[in-house]
Amino acid sequence: MKGYKIIVLAKQVPDTRNVGKDAMKADGTVNRAALAAIFNPEDLNALEQALRIKDSFPGSTITILTMGPGRAAEIIREGMFRGADDGILLTDRAFAGSDTLATSYAIGQTLKKIKNFDIIIAGRQAIDGDTAQVGPQVAEKLGLPQVTYVEEIKSIENGKVIAKRRLESGVEVVSCPMPLVITVNGSAPDCRARNARLLMKYKHAKTVSELQTSNEDYLHLYNERAYLNIPEWSVNDIESVPGELGLTGSPTKVKTIENVVLQSKGAKVISSSDIDIEDLMKDLIESHTIG
Amino acid sequence: MNSVFVYCEIEDGQIAEVSQELLTKGRSLATELDCNLEAIAIGYQLTEIEKVVFPYGVDVLYVADDKRLAPYTTLPHTSIVVKLFEEQKPQIALMGASSIGRDLGPRVSSALHSGLTADCTSLVIGDHEDKKQGKVYENLLYQIRPAFGGNIIATIINPDCRPQMATVREGVMKKEILDPKYKGKVVNLEVSKYVSDTDFVVEIIERHMEKSKVNIKGAGIIVAGGYGMGSKENFSLLYELAEVLGGEVGASRAAVDAGYTDHERQIGQTGITVRPKLYIACGISGQIQHRAGMEESAQIIAINTDPEAPINMVADYVINGDVSEIIPKMIKFYKKNSK
Repeated sequence: MKGYKIIVLAKQVPDTRNVGKDAMKADGTVNRAALAAIFNPEDLNALEQALRIKDSFPGSTITILTMGPGRAAEIIREGMFRGADDGILLTDRAFAGSDTLATSYAIGQTLKKIKNFDIIIAGRQAIDGDTAQVGPQVAEKLGLPQVTYVEEIKSIENGKVIAKRRLESGVEVVSCPMPLVITVNGSAPDCRARNARLLMKYKHAKTVSELQTSNEDYLHLYNERAYLNIPEWSVNDIESVPGELGLTGSPTKVKTIENVVLQSKGAKVISSSDIDIEDLMKDLIESHTIG
Repeated sequence: MNSVFVYCEIEDGQIAEVSQELLTKGRSLATELDCNLEAIAIGYQLTEIEKVVFPYGVDVLYVADDKRLAPYTTLPHTSIVVKLFEEQKPQIALMGASSIGRDLGPRVSSALHSGLTADCTSLVIGDHEDKKQGKVYENLLYQIRPAFGGNIIATIINPDCRPQMATVREGVMKKEILDPKYKGKVVNLEVSKYVSDTDFVVEIIERHMEKSKVNIKGAGIIVAGGYGMGSKENFSLLYELAEVLGGEVGASRAAVDAGYTDHERQIGQTGITVRPKLYIACGISGQIQHRAGMEESAQIIAINTDPEAPINMVADYVINGDVSEIIPKMIKFYKKNSK
């Protein structure tokens, strides 16, 4: 049976769902150090869909492609622990300050270099921006059709992917020829857990930059076991027009950022005692707010 | 002067609610900029659709009517919008932050290399000075939205690229007819000039659409729960209170993410925006994304164990305590006093 070449687009994000009180510094800027960096949740749903294709079509390969700082190699390893074959870290200062359009340009150019893929799968959106733009923009950059809001890839037949989409007001099943870009919803099944064997195999997988700061006694391993080397691509590894990258290539600019300062409306504070609750309910009934 | 443009989403042959809200906002932006408000409707059998659109103050309505254009699919709608924008060069383009607008918007913005800001909670016209380049931009669209877990509010601008694109969720803007007799012009597009056969490679095999049974947007009383409800079992208390009061149950994103209830009940920036006469926030801390979807409620009761929860700042009543103890008391004392 023919396997498919699958690229999973993933992002390492600050865990904005668990923002604590120390998330903001006194000067009103975001305290990134206080936020854990995690595998974007819907990208994990996307990875699971890729792994299911690989289960059904042995011989398929899964490559995790991520753009970010050096530490984003963590999510490539995490993906390999769960069944991805390899990954590419796209990292360069030239990409700093990219909005969604400049990001999709860089990722699109990277995919053009990777070539011959059948399916590109990403999470619907990342929790640090919630824009849901990079998936469709990558599809447009590559001139490929897109299927967004996917909950389940049902089958692949005759060169077409059959997928179920979960929309606000219902479901839709569509068929789309490969190659294509799919974005996966959080309502799709969770990603399987790490596999113990893969964890042992890949736990020392590293990018070149990570190797430079690691224990030299083991460096020979990286020559003997090619799979331990996570490719790290810079702007020089892809073809690109500098004006399309990073801050310069981003049509949207952040004009201002304001810390959220709340002015209290001066609420009436009451206790949970029977008297207080009964008085409140009486007030609401009398004012015809309820009843 | 280049126009303000609204993409009108079609639902069962009708203009979607969110698009009518955006036509209202689009009209006020166009009036401020002293330019035309234009709109596009793409679908099948759209006869007389202008009767719904013009009263919002639309000057030109472009209609692309073809059997193959309904229901919505990405590629043909993108091709039409992109080509029309290339011809008409709008300065601003608005779309609903719906599963259609969020599928179409990024694709169009990529094709036109114009910036798009998702899920805006406010749109305002203003100037911008780029001090580095010594350049002043007049009458830009400020696209305002909470960001980064709601800890900040960002104002985004697109100084150089057009159109300036934004998506907005249903319920964020208010819909309002400008003039029932407003006269605009209909331009019927020759569809074959805008789409090619390769735009129809994606095929819809099955489609089950149902109107949501949950009507949170129209509810006068909303009992909403957050992560602080602690469990799905505790969350079910909210249904009891809502039933007794004749209201609906809503939820914060954290409660939806925790699996306490379905996404269709989510209130906030990435959910529904509501303005009920009473909003009871139970175990909701009240990050700005949530507050953005409920702070215009006429009365707000916050029930929380954290006296410093941000929700308390927008509340009229704050009850400090345990929701699982307080809600049964509310039910009991409502029943006792309402007779």
